[in-house]
Parts: sequence; structure tokens; C-alpha cells
Amino acid sequence: MVPKLTEKERNLQMKKEALISLGLYVAFFLWWYFTGYGLAGDTKGYTYIMGLPLWFFLSCVVGYILFCVAVIVVVKVFFKDFSLDETADEGSGEEERG
Amino acid sequence: MNSYTLTLMTVLVLYLLANLGIGLYISKKQAKLDAEAGTGFINNYFIGGRSMGGLVLAMTLIATFTSASSFIGGPGVAYSKGLVWVYLSIIQVPTAFIILGILGKKFAIISRKTNAVTVTDYLKARYKSPAVVIISSLALVLFFIAQMMSQFIGGAVLFQSITGLPYIYGLLLFGVIVILYTTIGGFKAVVTTDTIQGLVMVLGGFLILFTIISVGGGFQAIVEKLNVVNPTWSDPTVGGTTPKAYVMSFWVLVGIGVLGLPQTAVRGMGFKDTKSLHSAMIYGTIVVGFLMLVMHISGAFAPAILDPSEITSSDYVVPTLVLKYMNPVVAGLFIAAPLSAVMSTVSSLLILASAAIVKDIYLNYIVKEKNDSEKANPEFDKKIGRMSMITTLIVGIIVFVFTIYPPDLIVWINLFAMGGLECAFLCPILFGLYWKRANATGAILSSVIGVVCFLLMTTYKVTVFGMSPIVPSIVVSIVVFIVGSYMGKNPDEETLKLFYS
Repeated sequence: MVPKLTEKERNLQMKKEALISLGLYVAFFLWWYFTGYGLAGDTKGYTYIMGLPLWFFLSCVVGYILFCVAVIVVVKVFFKDFSLDETADEGSGEEERG
Repeated sequence: MNSYTLTLMTVLVLYLLANLGIGLYISKKQAKLDAEAGTGFINNYFIGGRSMGGLVLAMTLIATFTSASSFIGGPGVAYSKGLVWVYLSIIQVPTAFIILGILGKKFAIISRKTNAVTVTDYLKARYKSPAVVIISSLALVLFFIAQMMSQFIGGAVLFQSITGLPYIYGLLLFGVIVILYTTIGGFKAVVTTDTIQGLVMVLGGFLILFTIISVGGGFQAIVEKLNVVNPTWSDPTVGGTTPKAYVMSFWVLVGIGVLGLPQTAVRGMGFKDTKSLHSAMIYGTIVVGFLMLVMHISGAFAPAILDPSEITSSDYVVPTLVLKYMNPVVAGLFIAAPLSAVMSTVSSLLILASAAIVKDIYLNYIVKEKNDSEKANPEFDKKIGRMSMITTLIVGIIVFVFTIYPPDLIVWINLFAMGGLECAFLCPILFGLYWKRANATGAILSSVIGVVCFLLMTTYKVTVFGMSPIVPSIVVSIVVFIVGSYMGKNPDEETLKLFYS
């Protein structure tokens, strides 16, 4: 059974989740920007890993893998399961209201 | 038709027929379930009774925003520009995550409370303004028709370049199939076929990268060859020809801006429970990143195994690779991927365009004198059912005819379709969910001025700091939204309670 939250708790939780999503999004952007343009701009000759330039390897290949791991962690840790249909509020009748 | 084409066509036709079969089967099964459950037609046809699980939600989201360009256009540009285009495509990795993370649960709850099945339903409940509803429905139908047409054209051109058969044959084949299963099966058929099509796209990604690496003699050999034939392939500015500001603009166009596309946002109304949402966030990120990375790397690697003289236009890079190096069965399976991308995008747009006409315009404003109990009676439900299917079919046929005889106006509108939708919908959707002060004045002004600003800047090629017009237009729409909301009235108590209590 999924837990029921009160309307207030649900809204608070959703706001928190939205902010965390945004935070992770910004973090990915920063990683993308600084490993990509940051590294590629600094050096005259590139460093290569497996034939790929370091800037590309870090920003795209490692960036993708890291982001997938981060999403899994964030979703498991911060995102909560709760009922979308019903709340724990007294006498709440979500169904009838529609 | 030679035997190569014949084999390839057989694989393709079988795949397309399988889509049709599955789409129709699902709709039949669903109709039976609905009859037992006694739920209304609208809820089933336009949002699938809010029953999507995690995998389906992830796949339909990806399949909808992955269009023909991710398989043909994008890799084609990567062929000439090199790794920067892979770098650019990676901007889409967190898109599925952010859409579901920010819109998912809010939309799910609001749509359950208000019985919403479209983004416009949500806007109507939030802003209580007929102008908002009418403007957004019209913008949606117009931009969607243009987008569907360009998808059909993309698919048909690809078909022609691969098989050598006339354009119209390809269009008849996949066009008729996608229109049929969408019309008959509704949302449920759309998302089920989207899931299969998404998996086929992943398979297609494997096939092409594998082909390139094995033909090129391994990773190391390809990279060494690239350094010779395309010396700027590893430079993110491509020798100074690809400005940073231009690349960065894509963080708005295919990044944050996608929160404003009704076709992706509406997915937030259709999933079953929070568990489905959470797993979709994970699957979605993994799959979309894989597709983008693999398809664009394939394009960037292609110069190692293709001769420049073989390529007349960047759109022919992928078809040339296929014809030159893939055996016909593999080629058929691979070509199924971009055609899947076309069909999944069109099916989602088609069902939403139909919803906009039937649900948002007809039910709200043409039969509005009927009260809710009259609307709930089975006779009326049946009538709406017939009407919805006919509307879907008619919109499909219009798009089909436009693809054969493209009207100048629609071709022109298509240039603005994606950015235009984002300017029109981003602020009303996002601020409406998270900002109590947001109201109809802000929403109307923001949509209209945002879209007009985008049209003008694109037409007259106005750029601000080298960014593409979408960035300043979105900024304008945000500013206008905030100013407009402060000018207008506060939302009433009822709305505040519904959305924020």
C-alpha cells in the first residue's frame, strides 16, 4: 500500500523534489560546461583517452554515466512514494470533487 | 525492385504491420476493460485511463521527443562538424528527468482532481480564462499539424533514398498505418506502439554503431583515420566556425524549454502511480542518453568509412551508410528505427490535436450549455466517442494531404513550431504550478508576446550575443508573464485551494 500524505505534506514534498531535480540539472550543466568547453579551451594540444579527446570523454561519456548514477541515487533517496488519488486529510473526498 | 530492396522492404512491411496489429489489439482489449469498468470514453481515448507503468512512460516520453532528426539530421551534421554535435546532443540527457521531476507528480494530482486529460484542461482549471484555452488550443493544433507534416516528409524522403521507390509509397505505407492505429486505438495504442518503437530505436542505435566500428577496423583505426580526413573533428568550436553561444542555446531549445511542450508535458497526466514515475525517470535518462550518444557518435565517426564524394547532403549520410555497409535484413531493422521515431512523434501529436479540438474546443465552448450530468450519460459518451475518432482521422488525413502538397503557410509555420510551442506554453505551465500569483493576464500576454517575439526574431534573423532566437524569446515571455501577473488580479480562493493547499 502506498502511504497517504496530507495535502500539505504532498505539496511540500513535491516542491522539495522539484528543487532537487533542478539542482541536479544545474549540476549536470556545470559538469558539461567545465569538462567540455573548460578543458577544450585551456589546452593547445588535447590529452586523449582511448583515442577520444579528454574534454569529450569527460563531458559526454563520463558525464552520461555519472548522471545516470546520480539520477538513480537521487530518485531512491529523495523521491517519496505517496498516493496520487487520496490524501490523509480529514474527510477528504478527492474523487467527488472532480 | 532488386532482391536487396525486396528483402529490406519485406522486413519493414512486417514491422509496420506488427505495429498496426499491436495498436489495434491493444485498443480492442482496452475497450473491453473500459466497458467492464464503466469509465468514460474521453478519459480512456485521450489519456489511457491513467494507467501507464514506468517503462511505458519512459519510452513514450522519449519516443515522442526523439524525432526523425535524431536519426538522420543530427548524425548528418555530426558527420561534417565532428564531436561538437555529440557534445550538443548530450544536452538532452537530463531532459526526461527534469520533465518528470518537475511536472510529473503535480500534473498527476491536479489532473486527477480536475479530470484533466490535456494540458489545456490544466490551463483552464488554473487560469479560468476562455482566452487562455482558445489561444492555447489553436496554437497547439496549428503547430502540431506543421510538425506532423515535417515528420512525415522526413520519413518519406528517407524511405525514398533507401528503397529508390517513389516518395508517395513510403508515405502511404507508414502514414496510413500510424493514422489508423491512432484513430482506432487512442492514447493506449499510441503509448504501447511508442514503447515498441522506442526499443526498436535502441536496437537501431546498436546496429549502426556496431556496423561503423567493425567496418572501420576498430575504435583506434577510426580515430586515426578521422585525424587525417577531418582534422577539426575533435575541436568543440570546429576551428572557430561553431560559436559557443549557439551551442549553449540548445540548453533552452531541447533542455528546459521542453517543459513547455504539450506533447511531453501531457505524459505527466497519464501514469499510474509514483513508483511508475520514479522508474521512468531512471529508464528515461539511461535510454535517451544512449540514443543520443550512439547516433551522434556514429555520425561523427562516419567520415572514416565514407568518401566525401558520396555525400551530396548531410541528410544522406545515414542512408548512404546503411546502403553501403548493411545487409538487407539489418538495413530493414535499422530503417525501422527512424521510421519509428517519425511514427511515435506523429501518433502523439495526432491524438493531442484531436483532443484539443474535441475536448478543449467542442466540449468547452460548443456544447457548453449541457450540464455535467448530461455529458455523463452513455448516449452522449458514445457520440463523443464517434466524434473523437472521426476528428483524429480527419486531422490525420489533412496532414497526409499536406505532406503530398505542402502549403507554403504550413511549411513556414513549421520553422517556428518547436520554439513557438515552447514560448506559448512554458511560462503558463511552469509558473501555474509553482507560483501562486500567476494569473490569466500574465499567461495570455506571455504566450502571445513570446510567440510573436520568436517569429519576428527568427524571420529577421535578429541575434542577441550570438544566441539563437529561442533564448531571448523565452526570456521575454518570462518577464512578460511576471509583469502581466502583477498587473492582473490574484487567482480566486478556489483555485488557490485546488492547486496549493
